Amino acid sequence: MSSIKIELRQEDVAKIKEICTSFGNDEQELINVLHKCQEHFGYLPAEVQEVVSDELSVPVAKIYGVVTFYSFFTMTPKGKHPISICMGTACYVRGAEKVLEEFKKELRLQVGQTTSDGKFSLSSLRCVGACGLAPVVMVGDKTYGRVAPDDVRNIIKEYEK
Amino acid sequence: MAKQKKQLLVCGGKSCSSHNSEVLYDNLCLELEANALENEVSVVRSGCFGLCHLGPVVMVMPEKVVYVKVNPDDTRDIIAEHLIKGRKVERLLYHDPVSGKIIPEEKDFAPLKKQMRIVLRNCGIIDPENIEEAIAHDAYEALGRVLTEMKPADVIRIIRDSGLRGRGGGGFPTGLKWEIAYNNKSDEKYVVCNADEGDPGAFMDRSVLEGDPHAVLEAMAICGYSIGAGKGLIYIRAEYPLAVARLKTAIRQARDYGLLGDDIMGTGFSFDIEIRYGAGAFVCGEETALIHSMEGLRGEPTVKPPFPAESGFRGKPTNVNNVETFACISPIILKGAKWFSSIGTEKSKGTKVFALAGKINNVGLIEVPMGITLREVIYEIGGGIRNGKKFKAAQTGGPSGGCLTEKHLDTPIDFDNLLAAGSMMGSGGMIVMDEDDCMVSVARFFLDFTVEESCGKCSPCRIGNKRLHELLDHITKGKGVPADLDRLMNMSMVIKDTSLCGLGQSSPNPVLSTLNNFREEYEAHVTVKKCPAGQCRDLMEYFIISENCVGCTACARVCPVNAITGERKETHTINPSICIKCGACIEKCKFDAVIIR
Repeated sequence: MSSIKIELRQEDVAKIKEICTSFGNDEQELINVLHKCQEHFGYLPAEVQEVVSDELSVPVAKIYGVVTFYSFFTMTPKGKHPISICMGTACYVRGAEKVLEEFKKELRLQVGQTTSDGKFSLSSLRCVGACGLAPVVMVGDKTYGRVAPDDVRNIIKEYEK
Repeated sequence: MAKQKKQLLVCGGKSCSSHNSEVLYDNLCLELEANALENEVSVVRSGCFGLCHLGPVVMVMPEKVVYVKVNPDDTRDIIAEHLIKGRKVERLLYHDPVSGKIIPEEKDFAPLKKQMRIVLRNCGIIDPENIEEAIAHDAYEALGRVLTEMKPADVIRIIRDSGLRGRGGGGFPTGLKWEIAYNNKSDEKYVVCNADEGDPGAFMDRSVLEGDPHAVLEAMAICGYSIGAGKGLIYIRAEYPLAVARLKTAIRQARDYGLLGDDIMGTGFSFDIEIRYGAGAFVCGEETALIHSMEGLRGEPTVKPPFPAESGFRGKPTNVNNVETFACISPIILKGAKWFSSIGTEKSKGTKVFALAGKINNVGLIEVPMGITLREVIYEIGGGIRNGKKFKAAQTGGPSGGCLTEKHLDTPIDFDNLLAAGSMMGSGGMIVMDEDDCMVSVARFFLDFTVEESCGKCSPCRIGNKRLHELLDHITKGKGVPADLDRLMNMSMVIKDTSLCGLGQSSPNPVLSTLNNFREEYEAHVTVKKCPAGQCRDLMEYFIISENCVGCTACARVCPVNAITGERKETHTINPSICIKCGACIEKCKFDAVIIR
């Protein structure tokens, strides 16, 4: 499991319980519960999964199975500015792979990692549906279209301040 | 609304909103207020127009004049010139790239001419957050007719006679599916809308949900009445926040108007809809996996039978249809089975929405009658290949499909012809590739996707695809041997024959179809170790043309690994065994002496 050990505060536990109750502690609502938890904490550390396990009466192993099955859920915290490179087919044929390589080089990161200062994290995603703008890069909620490898440095610069 | 003379429709689709169409919307509102026009002209955020390459797009109604690539700063001109003085703003109109002519009105746009809008009938025309506009465009009329004048069996007969086939990929007859669910007696049944659009490069379902959510809600209620279900569930990707928000608004409004909930239109029929979220798993597009995911489990498929129509969500009979399939239902009820079956080919009726993307001039969402040829789609609607390059292939069906080549340009596109060509309809992504694309790399790209998305339950898919990917990776790196091609072929057939669900059964398609259509390209990779498209980096060689080289030493100085040698004012040479192919020498050379071969 995740190597990061965290201590949940009293109010965090209360928040998870509140989320579970809002879905009637129904185990069939597990995915909706996890969505809400990730929205709140930014990621789903093992400690959060343990509380959900108690509340919904679902073994924590099963929850871990669900969390790791779906690519939307993550057990590592994302950076302050999460960078996602679209690797959908339209972006791929227009050169997204080279853009991703450039980001890896500039940030010295692999996909799925976060910089040590917690500023940037790098991920690839499948099609944001903006194929008209391919290749597409998302930084947080902001979309950058028709990105060339040469633009990468400038995009990072915008967030370095 | 009655007093308003004009409307400005601002496209709120993903491509346009990424290009500041939100600021554009705000500016238009401010500018109207500044000119005291806010009571006469309204600004509407509409769904996708399908003109993504021209965004952001603004359409002036009722004259249907379209302004393209509109900047937030252009709003003053649109208001002052068009609305106040009645003159069109020429510089913002669409200039046909072929004829150079200015085309002001939507109906004359070349990309729209060959199209026929049934599914997308209201997208880009109505405000998706206003149910009254939807109703003014016939929403819920079909539901009313079904509930008051028809028996469930009548509805099923119309859908069956229309020849509608599932638009999610498989092409199963929709009427038959409904009939099976109808015949399975149970106190509880479910209608599920599959909006887990996972095919990378396809965004038609999202556009329907964002542009015309009521079309889907109404059809789900009609389906519920026909098969005897009281509850509907929409399974949607969490990656589509705008579509989710619009669906929620639409469901709330429909409940307020008594079009969902208890005793709809006073007929005694009750039906309500809930939203369930996906969490990013391609395999959840498969019916049984989708149902498990809705139950809070890992989205792993199970063996069929039992089919969901017998035992689906919570073990009850469940009918699963895709967004686009549902969007066809109301027009069929209103205009009749005969009308619908008059469109298309013998076994594929109606229209199909494609997300046209890749190396093509007009990227966007298109809806065309079944039976249209690839040539019409690419050259007439798509405006040809970008930068005047040569067409090489079009991938349909995404990672489960295959590629169509030059020899398929005049084949009518329908379910059966695509299967015969070694591809499939799929959900409707159509990615166009040109001469610069290496087909081995494309196949590897799709396998990359499949390996990541395989749920791991059955071994042919989990291990076999991984192995296919390894072989392709070796080939693109120049480590392949001729026998690998037969290995690819055999392995693909085994995976197809023995995988549990549709994902595994179709995952080798990109390999098989590129291998069948572009065998010589594979052979070049494994025999002479060359990539004819010049895309595979490991197979490239940097080379200095002696005639062009003046011996300036610039390349030798910039080379990070000292692979370039040569005396001053004499021809330099690159040692390929040291060269890391970084390209620094090409950038530095002022005499075009360094080439890739």
